[in-house]
Amino acid sequence: MDEIRVLSPTGALGSGYLETSLETALSWKPDFIGCDAGSTDPGPAYLGTGKPAFPREAVKRDVRLMLKGARRLKVPLMIGSANTAGGDEHLAGLVSIVREIAAEEKLSFKMAVIHSEQKKDYLKMRLKEGRIKPLDPAPEFNEAVIDRSECIVGMMGAEPFMNALEQGAEVIIAGRASDTAIFAAMPVMKGFPEGLAWHAGKVLECGAAAVVNRKTGDCMFAWIRKDHFVLEAPDSTLQCTPQSVASHSLYENADPFKLIECSGTLDLTNSQYEQVSERGVKVSGSEFIPAKRYTVKLEGAEKVGYQSVIIGSIRDPFFIRQIDDWTERLLVRCHARVKQVYGDRMKPEDYFINIRIYGKNGTMGPLEPVKESLAHELCLIIEVTAPSQDVASSIAGIVRHQGLHLPIPEWSGLITALACPYNPAHLDRGPIFRFNVNHVVEPDSPLEMFPMEMVMVGEPTQSKVTA
Amino acid sequence: MTKLAELARLIRSKNAGPFVLTFDVMFEDEARYQRVKNSGALTREAVAGCYGLPPKDVLFFYCDHARAVKASIPRPYFQGDLRDSDGHGGQQYAPLMDIEIP
Repeated sequence: MDEIRVLSPTGALGSGYLETSLETALSWKPDFIGCDAGSTDPGPAYLGTGKPAFPREAVKRDVRLMLKGARRLKVPLMIGSANTAGGDEHLAGLVSIVREIAAEEKLSFKMAVIHSEQKKDYLKMRLKEGRIKPLDPAPEFNEAVIDRSECIVGMMGAEPFMNALEQGAEVIIAGRASDTAIFAAMPVMKGFPEGLAWHAGKVLECGAAAVVNRKTGDCMFAWIRKDHFVLEAPDSTLQCTPQSVASHSLYENADPFKLIECSGTLDLTNSQYEQVSERGVKVSGSEFIPAKRYTVKLEGAEKVGYQSVIIGSIRDPFFIRQIDDWTERLLVRCHARVKQVYGDRMKPEDYFINIRIYGKNGTMGPLEPVKESLAHELCLIIEVTAPSQDVASSIAGIVRHQGLHLPIPEWSGLITALACPYNPAHLDRGPIFRFNVNHVVEPDSPLEMFPMEMVMVGEPTQSKVTA
Repeated sequence: MTKLAELARLIRSKNAGPFVLTFDVMFEDEARYQRVKNSGALTREAVAGCYGLPPKDVLFFYCDHARAVKASIPRPYFQGDLRDSDGHGGQQYAPLMDIEIP
């Protein structure tokens, strides 16, 4: 085998791609189709709630076309980071979509389902052994954090995909996975240089993002060979250039030259980029430095509380010029009123009132270098976070009333300070979540955190094997 | 003197995971990239200054193949946490636009 051909239909499952691009790519005879279906970028709520960031119908459309294509060519389809966050609920959601499509399209195949949600006992054991290490920056991680987490996933490397392929999987649906590992697994398994396999994977995982003139989510194709790889987008109106491909390693990475994976570091310091056709770019020189110790990154989410939000604006220049003082006085008033209403049942540390001032530093907060706002109106977003929705909602009611009528010295008499566009004036957001882990685990083996089930889809008898 | 925003093809910010913010300053052609790179005005210290951070907190890179300058900083609040104001980190680059390039 002197070449391996790879199709990535889209940079994010559920974000879409052109069917015409997929058909062109299928005519180029890929050896496998890979797709990244997740990210932390949409935020902690998805990991916290088990819900996907993209609508089910949008994901189903995207899966249907690539699944039919993969079965037509009889090549593996590998999807990683199921339903955004890759927890067991996310994985089950994507598996149910795949099963529905298989039934509707009368497809049958051997499917590997690889889990990435971590058992709390396992994490506590590794923590005790000192085999969970912080990355930089990292929040505090201890047994209490593990206990209060809604979901903690491990980000799998290429090995669980290789294992599933070795066992004959035709479709692999994986929980949280390194985006790049989905694409590197088969080339590395077939003996292609790791530097090229991982670098190609890094570009492929974002679909057509590495083109000059990105229009919408779309397909990317790669030919990986022994001493280089070539990238080209199937849509004939899209062009890769050395600069566009090199730029892609900047996107969402802290370090554009060194990308850390479970099994090592992809090093792009010596990568060379060359235009080989009107729309195609050749890449060579990328290196992969094996890690001394195999590590698996964790992602976790915990519930912070329940939240209610008030949106109100201010137009009066007397208010605007003393907004910091006014909001400080508002907080003092609100806390006093909460104490009056709840007594000892609600201490100041049990709830949190956050006031964002748009028109001043709402977007950048402490990073905002502009200290004097010239705005003629301000928008306040006031959030109340509390242990229950009922309490959050009740305190928001208190904040609304205090905010409406908190006076300033310039005016005498009863004033109304906030213009509230909504009625009721506050919005209940339900539970809210935060990311609570930025650590890696040192497992005994690359597979131990990622149990796999192998199932037959679309046939009357379903055999089940656990690896 | 020219403002960086007038020389760059794209200035952007984004999350690099939930805990780090990253900035990309990208140029259309080699001449403008080299002008900025050699100016001594877009540096680790300049980026640190824009965000009120000590220079040691800023990762800083010149990416010649990409004709881009890149910097990364720790997030003031983790993505999605209580005081975070920009879940995708997409609107944190504006102060870089005004850096004066000789």
